[in-house]
Amino acid sequence: MSPLIKIKDVRHAYETASGPLPVLDGLDVTVQEGGFCAVVGPSGCGKSTLTRLVAGLMHPDAGEVWLHGDLVKAPRSTVGMAFQNPVLLEWRTILQNVTLPLEIVPDGLKGAAAKERARYLLSLVGLDGFEDKRPSELSGGMRQRASLCRALVHQPEVLILDEPFGALDAFTREDLWQTMHQVKESEPFTAVLITHDLREALFLGDQVVVLSGRPARTQYVMDIPQTTRPTLDDLYTAEAAERLATLRHQIEIAQGRAAPEEAS
Amino acid sequence: MTPSLRKVVVPTLAIVIFLALWEALVWIMGWPNYKMASPSDLIPAYRQYWDLFLVMGWQTLWRTVLGLVLAIVVGTALGMIMGFSRTMRDALYPLLVGFNAIPKATVVPIVALMFVGAHDFNTVLIAFMISFFPIAVSVSIGLSTLEPEYRDILRALGASQTMIFRKIALPKTLPEFFGALKVSVTLAFIGTNLMEIVSPHGRGLGALFDSGKTNSDYPLMFAVLIALAVLGIVLYYVVVALEKIFAGWAERQPS
Repeated sequence: MSPLIKIKDVRHAYETASGPLPVLDGLDVTVQEGGFCAVVGPSGCGKSTLTRLVAGLMHPDAGEVWLHGDLVKAPRSTVGMAFQNPVLLEWRTILQNVTLPLEIVPDGLKGAAAKERARYLLSLVGLDGFEDKRPSELSGGMRQRASLCRALVHQPEVLILDEPFGALDAFTREDLWQTMHQVKESEPFTAVLITHDLREALFLGDQVVVLSGRPARTQYVMDIPQTTRPTLDDLYTAEAAERLATLRHQIEIAQGRAAPEEAS
Repeated sequence: MTPSLRKVVVPTLAIVIFLALWEALVWIMGWPNYKMASPSDLIPAYRQYWDLFLVMGWQTLWRTVLGLVLAIVVGTALGMIMGFSRTMRDALYPLLVGFNAIPKATVVPIVALMFVGAHDFNTVLIAFMISFFPIAVSVSIGLSTLEPEYRDILRALGASQTMIFRKIALPKTLPEFFGALKVSVTLAFIGTNLMEIVSPHGRGLGALFDSGKTNSDYPLMFAVLIALAVLGIVLYYVVVALEKIFAGWAERQPS
């Protein structure tokens, strides 16, 4: 199987008033089709830069980003994005928010078909009956669900999730983790998830990539054997605890708090 | 009382109470007309000059509205230029602030001399000059404070700049725009009347006010003030109605 996303030795520096600020320095990430890659790393290590690279919103100084065998040079309509801030448009109803990408991508569904598709996705995440509400009438978790539907509505090849659950309370977050698994069953996607939550990375990802502190490089990659329909209980097994400990340790190395020679 | 009925009854009652207090104040203090006219003095003034009020009120109204429309067009254009380009913002802001700080009463004689005889043009120009600033500032702030995620959502899908403006930047700026427009409406009235009063040319409610002054017809002067207030209220609520139609989403439902 060919990888859907291939990020090869990407390097990038931002221009700042006090000279160039390197953020990425040798980033390698490979995600297979249908894969779910969770990226964790210390704060400010350049994780969001990674999402902008995959989305084609910026070019790296060096290295290559490949998507489905094509070199990414510009934004392409085959990605869907969801951020920590759900950025729903307040003047549109939830249904109109979800159909927004279809108005922009070439040969997107139109009219009744677009609405049908949006309704289907909204019911998948448990938002039936909220189609005609305004975003301001929804709770944070519900807004994030709607934002997820919008990211999926045009059947993107890649779903880019930049800490989408970061601002939610713990229980809502766990609900949404399970929703993600349910959605993936009926709407298969390939995803890159940026997160600060190791349990989230473990529960959702089939691959966890640990980035080093800034400038970020790929420090550690953990493959997670996938079970069908994992439950939250799967996070409290001895196996999961061991993986969490390993990831925790890798983060400490990335933060410079632990010596790297202990790493495998 | 139903909420919609309350919306009419409460403000009407407030106006009636205001007029009663005014009447009482003049009556208790025993003020003659030249000190302060009372509401009951205004009725004969309106009756006597009703035709003039209609003609001149219309002159004031259309020139104010035209000045305001110009202010919307130019203010929005300036706001867009400053909202999208940081360089233009840095360049234009001090100029605009300086221009806005000049009291327009001092500009009136200059404009009147510059375009001598062109009364309608002069008046519209002053109404425009006094009212475009809030619109320009609000549009530029609305556009420049657009969160980058909003842009990214559409840009990542390959949307063009015009598409982003039409789908996101424009609707998102509308509440700020209408907030500024409410300020501009009253400012435009001030502009029109400045020209009509300071540089008399026999047109508009300002001219009527001026003739009240020269003839020592104090009730007429007060009647003009009230007429101006009524026009101001009408125009303000026209803007409110437009806001409800185009930016009603920004109003939170009372919970």
